[in-house]
Amino acid sequence: MIPCRSRRDFLLHSLGGASSIWVASHWPALLSAAAHTRAVANSSEPPKFDFLSPEQAAEIAAVSARIIPTTDTPGAREAGVIYFIDRALLTFAKDQQKTCIDGLADLQTSVAETFPGTAKFSALASDQQDQLLHALDEHVPSPGRGGMRNRNASNSFFETVRALTVMGFLIDPDSDRRGNRDAVGWKVIGRDPSHMFQPPFGFYDKDYPGYEPDSPANPKARS
Amino acid sequence: MNADTPTPKYNTTDEVDFVIVGSGAAGGILAKELSTNGFRVVVLEQGPYLTEKDFTHDEIKIMQQDFLTNHPDLQPNTFRKTPHDPAKPQRALVYGRLVGGTSVHFTANFWRFHEIDFVERSKIGPVAGSTLTDWPITYSDLEPYYTKVEWEVGISGLAGASPFDPPRSKPYPMPPLPVKSGGVIFERAARKLGWHPFPAPMAILSQPRPGRAACMNCGFCLGFGCEVGAKSSSLAYAIRAAEKTGRCEIRPNSYVHKIELDATGRATGAVYFDKDRNIQRQKAKAVILAANGAETPRLLLLSANKQFPNGLANSSGFVGKNLMLNSGGVATAVFDEPLNDYKGYNVSRVLHDFYELDANKVGFVGGGGLDARFDSTPIGFAMGGLPPGSPRWGKAYKDLLAHNYTRTLEIFCHGTSLPVENNSFSLDDTIKDAWGLPALRMTYKDHPDDLKLSTWLAERAKELLDAAGAVKQWSYPVQEQQFAVHLLGTCRMGTDPKSSVINADHRTHDVKNLFLCDGSSLVTSGRGQPTLTIEALAYRASDRITHLAHRGDLGA
Repeated sequence: MIPCRSRRDFLLHSLGGASSIWVASHWPALLSAAAHTRAVANSSEPPKFDFLSPEQAAEIAAVSARIIPTTDTPGAREAGVIYFIDRALLTFAKDQQKTCIDGLADLQTSVAETFPGTAKFSALASDQQDQLLHALDEHVPSPGRGGMRNRNASNSFFETVRALTVMGFLIDPDSDRRGNRDAVGWKVIGRDPSHMFQPPFGFYDKDYPGYEPDSPANPKARS
Repeated sequence: MNADTPTPKYNTTDEVDFVIVGSGAAGGILAKELSTNGFRVVVLEQGPYLTEKDFTHDEIKIMQQDFLTNHPDLQPNTFRKTPHDPAKPQRALVYGRLVGGTSVHFTANFWRFHEIDFVERSKIGPVAGSTLTDWPITYSDLEPYYTKVEWEVGISGLAGASPFDPPRSKPYPMPPLPVKSGGVIFERAARKLGWHPFPAPMAILSQPRPGRAACMNCGFCLGFGCEVGAKSSSLAYAIRAAEKTGRCEIRPNSYVHKIELDATGRATGAVYFDKDRNIQRQKAKAVILAANGAETPRLLLLSANKQFPNGLANSSGFVGKNLMLNSGGVATAVFDEPLNDYKGYNVSRVLHDFYELDANKVGFVGGGGLDARFDSTPIGFAMGGLPPGSPRWGKAYKDLLAHNYTRTLEIFCHGTSLPVENNSFSLDDTIKDAWGLPALRMTYKDHPDDLKLSTWLAERAKELLDAAGAVKQWSYPVQEQQFAVHLLGTCRMGTDPKSSVINADHRTHDVKNLFLCDGSSLVTSGRGQPTLTIEALAYRASDRITHLAHRGDLGA
């Protein structure tokens, strides 16, 4: 698939602009990086869950699918976000295991209370799911720029799953975090999955004639 | 480290000529210059020795797990606005904690300071509430070293493109990087307003150099290490050049926590924790601290002794004081068509029309510059890049991400921070780091003029976005800063030992074989983008220190 090939392309392409000294001194590293990428790309093992039970995974996947729904473009499901979340809960988001598991149990309780006769969130219709999630949404304000440096992990179930879903949808697919499968998340937001680009980059620079110094009106201007 | 590089290993008991603490923008260049000049050098770096093969585009590893940066769990901070407030545990700063330091992960904006930055106090007179003073050196003293940095380290740019540029002895060694859509929008709008946009000078290669590729425009720039060596970090250039001399050892995972003196008041070397947290002592004839504007003063404060009860080389009381972060402001906009500014390095156009504002007209001291940028990587954008009040989940959120990610442009303002004595890094009274050392405590309250300047510059940014025909634009009110990236002024240079920590040779007034060179040396903040000045100072300091050593001033 394209995304996994892209890092290898990036690395190999990068040699095009590099000197032979650089190639010589970096070749083993490049080779191992490319090999690693290939190993990930070619892995045909069906993903398994390492932390969540299949039932828990199905329920959290249903929540994720409302955070970034499948529309005319892929959503959290197609990006394999649930596999990202499963690995996250054993790695960088370990501290949020309890929030997720307890929160899921609470969610199922409110499913049964709000929609008698239904036991599982995943069994509800989309609008019913959204109704429950709106009730859980605490409208945490955007952290703004650089928000990822702030590690104040939320202890809210909704906020935790929301953040992990967004991360799992948009993480570099060449990383070993199991998210953004086939770079579908990047494609949805318009990010070309490659890691190497040439100008023109966008609409406004495609006809750019080149930089022309204007006639400086400033008295300090130098020739 | 490349296996074929013949780098020496010194014993800690070998009295080398110089021990340098820190391997970043300044430390890397000092190491390269001094080892090239024939001296035996050990560089002690608290972080790991990572190289291009270790760098990654994994946003979680970089942004959330601090793979390249100081980790708040290991090295917590506290913050307070004034010395009268209680300090609260809070992440207060981020810096590169690896060989190459912050120069590995910075945006790579590379502005020279202008003449005014060295003599502003003489020109405008005293400023209430500020310790603003002139530098003991001028722009013309530093000009040859600015040129040296640009040519050796590798800077892309177009000389003469800005009518506000200070004089230069040589053009840039290579042309500017290709313009981005955001840069074109910025340039056209600025010209409509009669301003003078120009191609941003960047510490990123537009042409390959031996051992380094030209920029591949991958877009993972701010926060990330460059996998092809195109970003002109100390790692990509100076550290490798230092190692090639065969006289410089880079010793990573070495966390210096004390500088000791002998009975005659000379520094004897550096005391540090090795990677197993055992205490080691590297002996040296002279010690240079280049640990950044937070860790250099902290190390001096940690090194208090009988002779210097308030911190080593702190007879002035100015160690850690006069912290400047640079002021700022940002306005963001969305345009009709895709810019795709996620491709490529972050900043392609800049303007300096407001570098020297007339305080009598605008009602505050200072000045600044504007740049056109998009520096958000995908997750960062999805978390914080949409307009205020946007949906946070569901189809509407997804649609907005899909529309805005390729169409968003930010105008960043960069400006003066006036030095204020209370603004400082000091040792926290209660919080300790993972090694049991007192944590860094930041005290900061922007000078009122800095806030006025930020607001004024943000208005210009909005004006520019209006002129550019943005579909939608937004900004947030300027707020007092609580988070530091630029770490400046905390061991300032000066001629008077009562109001400065080092002299114009970067020698501490108090300890003759102890030198400081990094952001802490700066007397004023410039208008943002301090790294080129830090590196120029490091080249100059190397010349000065070499001269003193040859004169016999430093020998034991």
